[in-house]
Amino acid sequence: MRRLLAAAMLVAVTALAMGSAAAQTLRIALREDADLLDPTLARTYVGRIVFAGLCDKLFDINEKLQIVPQLATGYEWTDPKTLLIHLRPGVVFQDGEKLDAAAVKFTLDRDLTMPGSFRRSEVSAIDHVEVVDPLTVRIVLKSPSGAFLAQLTDRAGMILPPKVTEQEGKNFALHPVCSGPFSFVERVPQDHITLQRFPQYWDAKDIHFDKVIYQVIVDSSARLANLQAGAVDLVEYILPTDAAAVKANPKLRLVVSDSLGYFGITNNLANGPRADNPYGKSALVRQAFSDAIDRSALVQVVYNGMYAPTMQAVPASSPFYDPGLKVPARDVAKAKALLAQAGVKTPVPLELMVPNNPDTMQAAEVIQSMAAEAGFDVHIRATEFAASLTLSEQGDYQSYAIGWSGRADIDGNIYAFLHSKQAQNVTGYANPAVDKLLDEARGLTDVAQRQKLYAQMWTQESQDLPITYLWIPRNIVGMTAKLQGFRPVPDGMIRLQGLEMAK
Amino acid sequence: MRGHLGTRIAQIIPTLLLVSVLVFCLQQLMPGDPALVMAGEERGDPQVLAQIRAELWLDRPVPVQYVHWLGNVLEGNLGYSWRIRQPVTQLIAEKLPVTLQLSAMAFVIAVLIGVPAGVIAAVQRNRFWDYVANAVGLAGLSTPTFWLGIMLILLVSVDLGWLPPSGYVPLMQDWRASLATTIMPAFVLGNSIAAILMRHTRSAMLTALDQDFVRTARAKGLREWIVIVRHALRNALIPVVTLGALELGTLLSGAVLTEQVFSIPGFGKLIVDAVFNRDYPVVQGVVLVTAALYVLLNLLADVLYVLINPRLRV
Repeated sequence: MRRLLAAAMLVAVTALAMGSAAAQTLRIALREDADLLDPTLARTYVGRIVFAGLCDKLFDINEKLQIVPQLATGYEWTDPKTLLIHLRPGVVFQDGEKLDAAAVKFTLDRDLTMPGSFRRSEVSAIDHVEVVDPLTVRIVLKSPSGAFLAQLTDRAGMILPPKVTEQEGKNFALHPVCSGPFSFVERVPQDHITLQRFPQYWDAKDIHFDKVIYQVIVDSSARLANLQAGAVDLVEYILPTDAAAVKANPKLRLVVSDSLGYFGITNNLANGPRADNPYGKSALVRQAFSDAIDRSALVQVVYNGMYAPTMQAVPASSPFYDPGLKVPARDVAKAKALLAQAGVKTPVPLELMVPNNPDTMQAAEVIQSMAAEAGFDVHIRATEFAASLTLSEQGDYQSYAIGWSGRADIDGNIYAFLHSKQAQNVTGYANPAVDKLLDEARGLTDVAQRQKLYAQMWTQESQDLPITYLWIPRNIVGMTAKLQGFRPVPDGMIRLQGLEMAK
Repeated sequence: MRGHLGTRIAQIIPTLLLVSVLVFCLQQLMPGDPALVMAGEERGDPQVLAQIRAELWLDRPVPVQYVHWLGNVLEGNLGYSWRIRQPVTQLIAEKLPVTLQLSAMAFVIAVLIGVPAGVIAAVQRNRFWDYVANAVGLAGLSTPTFWLGIMLILLVSVDLGWLPPSGYVPLMQDWRASLATTIMPAFVLGNSIAAILMRHTRSAMLTALDQDFVRTARAKGLREWIVIVRHALRNALIPVVTLGALELGTLLSGAVLTEQVFSIPGFGKLIVDAVFNRDYPVVQGVVLVTAALYVLLNLLADVLYVLINPRLRV
């Protein structure tokens, strides 16, 4: 036994020594494993975090959600349907190939035409792409689109080297090549992805690490413990309930920022027979339900007050946030009056489908008790996530607690869910006035004009309530206090430019 | 004996076929459309969904899908993961050794703790050390691995900083780092098995100590520890070994939770993630390989019985 203990100690000391030798490595803990490392075929949030190290994009977004150039140096709309993009000179891919207008055209065409492309819907506004000269691209759209530019700040804007990409075909994801600050080294599924510094990176002076390791740690307590023990330098997502532990630790730092997404209750208004009930048919009943919920108390109880209560689908930091649409205080008397006005018998039965993870379940229970006081009999139907998606598509639900990870432009957060002709509109909501406003706003590039239209749209939405918006989650990032230069951008990506470890 | 083994081997193929049919059918019963899961937040695009269904053969009848899959399996091809496009055989080849290492270490730890504790408890029957061993054993049995794992990480890694809190380094790459990353999870995993082994060793020892040959050994004037170790324990170990072999199978499946807590990329984590992501080829491949392993272990046990027990050779 004594020998065993001694052996354990020896092993521990070796492990510690190993830790200090790799000082120029940045270790980032991810909450789940990424999917395909191919920007055209990828679809997970954590995958985008890895891409932030691997692939540069034509444009990026900043802390204020403004679009800023990255691989581009600038852009201009020559007419409402024609976008001219000027490319940064002297950029090379990690395999040495030059990044030019032909590569941009190749990538966007690939997004549009590759079988299984997940980018198709994002770039479907494109009619065709023209190479003007090696550093200028002209993108001609089918119709004017205010949301299009924002698509190029994410995976659709990640430019790929034509030669390697053609050669590899569908196997590109196994050894991806891009133009980002770090190039791909290896991937052990469910364990880690390793990248190494790309010396010819165009912005190399802003890169201060030799290696980045993205470590998959699914369990939230284990993620926290790894950060506390110094085994990782940064955790991309700390649970709100673990935030206090990070704050209290002088060796660690917590950075909290608005995210792009939202969480709400999607209501079945006209998707199949399950909508035939007072809640589905009467806007008054849905308003009563919304009034019965104390959103501030809800996020206080479930998320330690770290999430922001909301009535709309974008965070307060978005240029399209409507300051006029405030979160109302809970009003049980008003809720009861609305139910009386709707002429329904109380208690109103309501089934709430909830993906069975602990925090959403807890939120559902709080909602259940709040709504009960106003005259609702909420039955919680805990459902595994994948199954709940299918049920919502089939219309086999009454109300569904579900979130959306969010897009840089407001259009990506609302159009697909509120417009009557969209496949992801599982509510069956069809309001011609809302459709018209959404279409009009989508076709404009002027922010102020779009703001006005969206404000009108919210006024109508908050009456009809196809979706009862509840809260805007926040990006809660934990890191060692020695890590400097972290920029909290609402998209939650870990930008490696400027990040460095204090000596 | 040959006939006996021949029958056993002939049973393997229909058993595996049955397992594969069952897995295929059970997957169809699972709620949730795999195409929707694969499409993620791009699920609003009907073209994307149609493309996924066509590519993964989801738009064809289940029997056709099964025959297609079986044909590939017979050629040694378990398909590729829908989620990350890696061959399933490669994933299994990467993950299985990890879980085998973890299970083997857990088993060694379980035996090192369980058997001596059981012997002490039996020898000290109804005395202080017996009660202590029983209490510790009961605690070991009733401690959830999830909780014990987190507590150990907090104590050993966060507070004391002795061992890395999670992750895995392959044995071939750096054996010391590999042991450092697996010793804690192996202890957590072996803990409950140790308790079971302790209880069984204790009762088997008690029976053995009551036997005539032990009285004879003592009457011959042998020293007490020789009586206990050489005479009683040897006989007591036979049922314990059988139990141990059974528990080794349990270890493979029990590793799921431990792998989750310690972020070890093993077999358990592979199948759990595959089920949640509706990555059917991975689920099918893993279940088939696991079933094959169980069948082979059973066959091995049969062979061992024959070798150990001469009466079976007739």
